[in-house]
Amino acid sequence: MPEVRGPAPRMVIRGGMVVDATGWRRADVVVVDGVVVSLDDAVAPPPGSTVLDAGGCLVAPGLVDLHTHLRDPGDEQAETIESGTRAAALGGYTAVVAMPNTDPPLDSAPAVRAVLDRAATALVQVAVAGAITVGRAGARLAPMAEMAALGVRLFTDDGTGVQSPAVMRRAMEYGRGLGVTLAQHCEDADLVGDGVMHEGVWSSRLGLAGRPAAAEEVMVARDLALAGLTGVRLHLLHLSTAGSVALVAAAKSRGAAVTAESTPHHFTLTDAEVATFDPVFKVNPPLRGRSDVDAVVRGLADGTIDAIATDHAPHRADRKELPFDEAPAGMVGLETAFALALTELDAGWATGEGSGRAGRTPEERERDLISRILALMSWQPAVIAGLDPDHGGGHGGPIAPGAQANLCVVDPGARWTVDRAALASRSGNTPFAGRALRGRVRHTIVRGEPVVRDGEATR
Amino acid sequence: MRHLLGMGDLDADELVEVLDVADAFVEVGQRANPKVPALRGRTVATVFFESSTRTRVSFETAAKRLSADVLSFSAGTSSLNKGESLRDTIETIESMGIDALVIRHAAAGVPVQVARWLSSTCVVNAGDGAHEHPTQALIDLLTIRQVRDPGGKGVGCFAGLAVTIVGDIRHSRVARSQVCGLARLGARVTLVAPATLLPPSLEGWPVEAIGHDLDAVLPTTDVVSLLRVQEERGSGTYVPSLREYAHGYGLTAARAALLPPDAVVLHPGPVIRGVEVAPEVLDLPAVLVRRQVSNGVAVRMAVLFLLLGSGDRPSSGSRGAGGDGASAGGLGPGPGEAARTVEVSAVDDA
Ligand SMILES: [Zn+2]
Repeated sequence: MPEVRGPAPRMVIRGGMVVDATGWRRADVVVVDGVVVSLDDAVAPPPGSTVLDAGGCLVAPGLVDLHTHLRDPGDEQAETIESGTRAAALGGYTAVVAMPNTDPPLDSAPAVRAVLDRAATALVQVAVAGAITVGRAGARLAPMAEMAALGVRLFTDDGTGVQSPAVMRRAMEYGRGLGVTLAQHCEDADLVGDGVMHEGVWSSRLGLAGRPAAAEEVMVARDLALAGLTGVRLHLLHLSTAGSVALVAAAKSRGAAVTAESTPHHFTLTDAEVATFDPVFKVNPPLRGRSDVDAVVRGLADGTIDAIATDHAPHRADRKELPFDEAPAGMVGLETAFALALTELDAGWATGEGSGRAGRTPEERERDLISRILALMSWQPAVIAGLDPDHGGGHGGPIAPGAQANLCVVDPGARWTVDRAALASRSGNTPFAGRALRGRVRHTIVRGEPVVRDGEATR
Repeated sequence: MRHLLGMGDLDADELVEVLDVADAFVEVGQRANPKVPALRGRTVATVFFESSTRTRVSFETAAKRLSADVLSFSAGTSSLNKGESLRDTIETIESMGIDALVIRHAAAGVPVQVARWLSSTCVVNAGDGAHEHPTQALIDLLTIRQVRDPGGKGVGCFAGLAVTIVGDIRHSRVARSQVCGLARLGARVTLVAPATLLPPSLEGWPVEAIGHDLDAVLPTTDVVSLLRVQEERGSGTYVPSLREYAHGYGLTAARAALLPPDAVVLHPGPVIRGVEVAPEVLDLPAVLVRRQVSNGVAVRMAVLFLLLGSGDRPSSGSRGAGGDGASAGGLGPGPGEAARTVEVSAVDDA
């Protein structure tokens, strides 16, 4: 892996609580040449070593985002690989999967290679999701083998779903042969029509055309059936409805090779936000009703949903000042995702059925909450993206000697308020401006380099 | 009331005030010189992204009769630049020094967005997508009051009034504004439409009943409000054909005969004869379409006057509008301030 700036030769992350898929322990973590060399109770840092204070913090495997729109190439005014990965690093991410709906789209080996080459100097590792069809047009299969040869493990036409069941079936068959995962943005375009928000109580009152929950669910159901037919690994992007969660739960109980993600906005916000007609609340799939939000929260608790993904979708400010009907859909999310999970799921799971959190001490509940969130944001998405150690990657694995030092150090007790102007993303289209959250990233270490130190990006 | 974006901006007292002031302006409009100096020196901009000559002319006539200066911007002319962002367009117009911005847009919510961007200009919604068309609903309320309670004040005539709204409620901004205003004044609203032309959810709507059988509700209806059927919907997927729609929901002579003798029929226009209403029914005295149009200017005068006026209420001479002591709500003079009544005298057109 090319590196522009060498990692600090020796670094000690001191005073933190180490948390990974294997459990919790108090330890100082020593990193040499980008690799974890030891974990000890108390390390006296030798002279010349970098010391990162992790007092009161968790030291965890870096977060992995399965769903980032870097907008580069094509809309560099909204985001670039550099600004997007800086936002990711500030959010605690050490790797992101870049979605292929750029301009031109990432539907060929040269297009993928160009992004990977330019991302070599980025603050976090960028993996690329390749397009399923040429031009994301939904008709002809893109050269998936060529892209897979460059390391692409995930294929999707995200931005839209592959509408033709026959084309999706062929893509799944072909993808199974390549050993890759197909990911789908589930919305049936025909049912969506000219809808711009969730169809329901609010769309009816506001006179905005709706996108029914069923538009998502019919494609979830269709693709689960097609995945059963073809045997491909299927990943469902940004699930947002109670019906979708139930379909995935049923498929998993049958042993289907399916994984699913959901976004912070879908477990936090409802369609009532659209009453402001502020396009910052416009997103696809749309913000849903309360019962859908509750189902997503439960799905995250009971394992139906495997990952929290941001669907970070930057848009220039002027594009979000169009009429609601005309404004582009999408929200930025990299810098707020972890804190939203910690803040919102704490409340949601405390009462949610199936959370298994009843009858524990507050400290046990907090540990359980954090472990579950890290599973959803680090090691589980790392496996889905093929970025985990078992697939030869350096993300999400246990923090142990020999592991690549892709780490985040977060203070779970730190309280802060989202400030649109303070975001590192080039775009400020967060629906969470002004929201008080807890949980803040203190340091992010990528291949041994502290790309975020004391809450500030180092480059 | 800083803006009129939707009927929800008006509480019951404010609704009464708009109707009372509008009534006074109806009388002013019958004079030889219908012009009053109330808004002299103020500027009203009409900004119509969606063309509607009727509504624009009605607002501009209202502004001119109040002696305001009028700036007119409309799509299709060079005055609204297509490439420019909505916010830039609106801020440019505001920088010309306007006091009120009357806006029509095909997209729901644009007046709400625009009101957020403007610092001191009043925004009046002249129809936004399928969201709201508050002045049309106010016209309908005024028209109903004029016939149900001639010369009356207050809103007693709305209590228990059975209003049936028929047609494409799903896509109708008029229906959303009507339901809100009528319910606030105590009317009992029934919606009648084929299921495809009802909103996907009516949860929380202050309506008494929802039905698909017009014949069943007409005998107990006091006011029928027919909505325009957009032809593109008729030939689209919402109803099989305009013919089938007219068969089930058109106000034919036979259906009109089911109405109680004092019932009235409203239509926001323009009417598609033979679809929403049969040609012979249109000419019945119970059909108030023309009266709605003539009330349009007075209602829009009232809205502009109450938003921009100094708080002085117009007097129409003998009737002394404003002298009824109705609560001023957010529209009139502040507490302790005397409600001065200004004489609405004709001004010179020169
Ligand atoms: Zn998507």
